Amino acid sequence: MEKRVVITGLGICSPNGVSIPEFEESLRSGTSGITFHPQLKELNFSCQIGGKPEISETKLAEYFTPLQLRGLNSSGIVYGVISGTDAWKDAGLEISDGSSPDWDTGIIFGTGILGVDKFREAIHLIDEGKTRRLGSTSVIQTMASGISAYLGGILGCGNQVTTNSSACTTGTEALLMGYERIKAGKAQRMLVGSCSDHGPYVWGGFDAMRILPGNYNEYPEAASQPMSANASGFVPGSGAGALILEDLESALERGAKIYTEVLGGEVNSGGQRGEGSMTAANNEAVQRCIVGALKNSKVSASEIDLINGHLTATSKDSVEIKNWVQALSSNSVFPYINSLKGMTGHCLSASGSMECVASVLQIDKDFIFPNINCDEVHPEILDLISEERIPRKIIEEPINIIAKASFGFGDVNAVVIFKKYV
Amino acid sequence: MTDKTILEKIKAIVTPYVQRKEGLEDFDEKTDFLTDLKINSANLVDVILDVEDEFNIEIDNTSMEGMLTAGDAKRIILAKIEN
Repeated sequence: MEKRVVITGLGICSPNGVSIPEFEESLRSGTSGITFHPQLKELNFSCQIGGKPEISETKLAEYFTPLQLRGLNSSGIVYGVISGTDAWKDAGLEISDGSSPDWDTGIIFGTGILGVDKFREAIHLIDEGKTRRLGSTSVIQTMASGISAYLGGILGCGNQVTTNSSACTTGTEALLMGYERIKAGKAQRMLVGSCSDHGPYVWGGFDAMRILPGNYNEYPEAASQPMSANASGFVPGSGAGALILEDLESALERGAKIYTEVLGGEVNSGGQRGEGSMTAANNEAVQRCIVGALKNSKVSASEIDLINGHLTATSKDSVEIKNWVQALSSNSVFPYINSLKGMTGHCLSASGSMECVASVLQIDKDFIFPNINCDEVHPEILDLISEERIPRKIIEEPINIIAKASFGFGDVNAVVIFKKYV
Repeated sequence: MTDKTILEKIKAIVTPYVQRKEGLEDFDEKTDFLTDLKINSANLVDVILDVEDEFNIEIDNTSMEGMLTAGDAKRIILAKIEN
């Protein structure tokens, strides 16, 4: 029989909060984590702002041993380990020192690219003919699976431990991969999530594509404007989100706090056919992904209270809304819709998992966080849905079902459906 | 530099990598990095780099292979310093 899957732990490293209580407070108050980065100015970036979680030395020392901290220069690993460890503790799980791992717990923790600053260090040494000076830390901090490997070792997980990568869908895809594994009875618990490094070497390529806003360097907090008439590109961000997925029976047996149930979801690709390309979504694929997620979750369109969209703050936001409208094609009212990216920027491979954490919190605590920087809704969006469906102030009311979507370069899509557990 | 000073410096260098802290209590020339101190073998290259920085010497691969105990390390360091 298929297992039911629930969420029993959360962890976050977001530009606007590096613990769950801090993050929740920022969500409620609509607090931006976007700041000006002098380094980007020095490097002649057009967009000189970004989202970067603030981690103190004291906090680092709580999560890493002195040996692990030696030569640690991979921000994705820092964010991923902090959020993953926090989710583990939040779920009430012990970190065992025993000689055998927890065979029933695995990890799927994705990333887009890992340890770029560490890799830069290595490139400089290699080009100077000093390859031997790399030491032992270069490989483990730059291999994509470095993040699942660090977490696997710290937590002692003995089930599948891997890293997935699918651009900006990575985190949501990781969650669905972990969900499938538990549903199939192959694991009792899966730590799922994703991380993204910060800094010029991750963000530069996007600056070069001219899809980041260049006119808000003096107003960083106002720059990321999902669904707004003035949306002028996504603000690059970084961070990590982590969730403990658990077989319902196991969660009940442990007496664990249950945040929400994962009803199901869908992942697909538009194959870069039709209007789909390396960088644009095939709309039919997006709609099929949404419809598939509802069908797999046995939920009807009218049951959705809130959509937490991908909505990056480019002029394409209206295309996403159109896809939702067409996919839901319900006679009832369109659900509320919000985007985290107004506060955090687009945290790239970390965005999906961070937004899943935000979605789960909204169900658990019965609120809808406000869309910030969206005083004037884009006219093409107003042609599709009513303005009050885009809350600009916090709404506090029971939230039962959220549809969370992530779309990524390569024309890949992921949609997950969360439901309050009662 | 006396043998004692060199051994003390070696002890300080390896300490962060040691997984069996008891092994440091009777640290002497016979102390084996892998068996007594349980240093992860991958970290031996980091120990070598730290030794190079501390004594301003370069340790080639052949010398590195023979560096299993604190005494081995001391002899290699002394030979390099004298050169």
